Amino acid sequence: MIRVELPANLRILAHIRGDVTVEVEGPATQRSVLDALESRYPMLRGTIRDHVTARRRAFIRFYACEQDLSNESPDAPLPEAVASGKEPYLIIGALSGG
Amino acid sequence: MSKIRALVGTRKGAFIMTSDGKRQRWDVSGPHFAGWEIYHVKGSPVDPNRLYASQSSGWFGQVIQRSNDGGKTWEAVGNKFVYDGPTGTHLWYDGTPHPWEFKRIWHLEPSLTDPDTVYAGGEDAALFRTTDGGQSWQELPGLRRHESGPQWMPGAGGMGLHTILIDPANPQRMYIAISAAGVFRTDDGGNSWRPMNRGLRSESIPNPTAEVGHCVHRIAMHRSRPGVLFMQKHWDVMRSDNASESWTEVSGNLPTDFGFPIDVHAHEPETIYVVPIKSDSEHYPMDGKLRVYRSRSGGNDWEAFTDGLPQSNCYVNVLREAMCVDSLDPCGVYFGTTGGQVYASADAGDSWTPIVRDLPAVLSVEVQVLP
Repeated sequence: MIRVELPANLRILAHIRGDVTVEVEGPATQRSVLDALESRYPMLRGTIRDHVTARRRAFIRFYACEQDLSNESPDAPLPEAVASGKEPYLIIGALSGG
Repeated sequence: MSKIRALVGTRKGAFIMTSDGKRQRWDVSGPHFAGWEIYHVKGSPVDPNRLYASQSSGWFGQVIQRSNDGGKTWEAVGNKFVYDGPTGTHLWYDGTPHPWEFKRIWHLEPSLTDPDTVYAGGEDAALFRTTDGGQSWQELPGLRRHESGPQWMPGAGGMGLHTILIDPANPQRMYIAISAAGVFRTDDGGNSWRPMNRGLRSESIPNPTAEVGHCVHRIAMHRSRPGVLFMQKHWDVMRSDNASESWTEVSGNLPTDFGFPIDVHAHEPETIYVVPIKSDSEHYPMDGKLRVYRSRSGGNDWEAFTDGLPQSNCYVNVLREAMCVDSLDPCGVYFGTTGGQVYASADAGDSWTPIVRDLPAVLSVEVQVLP
């Protein structure tokens, strides 16, 4: 079980109250976590990653265990603390705009 | 008695306002989709409780929302807007080729006959259509692939397809407008398109009478006369009496002919409305006075209406999607401002009352008459 934290706007969009958890089959990677998240909440498709290229949207960042994983390979293993559910995988909206 | 429902899109959410046919007391609900830009909300003409909303954000991209109960509840539907085939390039602001990139939907135009069919105008300019209530969207690529496409250039607000007019007498005919490419018309249901900009003159482009490249801000028609079109161009108010084959200027005695919206009275096809704005470098009314101008002769002769509108220190703008009319008698006219006011006139523009004063900047106003 992997814990995911979402920006408030996406929690509202997906009608999420409380914690978000997803199960992934195989290795826990950013791609497998996001695939599982979008499968469970289809309305989030396109809001975090591009529909076609699956690239991170420009003003979205991915953090975990006090590390910025935004530019890491989406297929690299996530830290063990995230994979085990001890630490959350953070999806962040950049502090910009008005 | 009839009921009125106004659908207002703002920079930070959507608001729904309802009134009875007197249009004096309004109930306001919202913000819906708080914090998101709502470029447009529009209802189906054949099922007024079926609403579609374009919800977007610089962070999270495009979402389309649908309501089946007049806006009480909403569900996110499909948001996969993908250009059909190779995207090619248009011109960037500096004149260099720039690949087409999808940014947002500016305008949603529900079919006149089917509540599940909607046309959507996008930035970068393209026309999309759903036939399953918004679950999936397909581009009508003939427009973007027009031979002039590589020469299209964005206006200051982006290269948006902002106006879609469906001919009520001929469902194969539609008009669209793009800033800053101009007007295009299809006569075959959207497969092929022709630029329809003869008679337009834009001093800010290298060839002022070019076939494409005009910054058309809005076009409007009356349902009873779909061959007569009215246009607010960047500068100039124009009309066409031959289904956009040619245009003539009808700015007449307007104090300035720059502006964004234009609309037509619901029962008088020659009565039209504009909100003159000082200039393209000063996006606010002249002299700090917010005035709606009405012509009862299809242009040229214009009369200012100020009753109920601020006549000092007013420096708001009225954007292209932010004016509409209702079909009651007398005709109601509505507009929203970048200062967050939505004004209503229940007497065809003679006098105005604010429905609300302090919303986020208003991007769009649509109104429905409910049984």
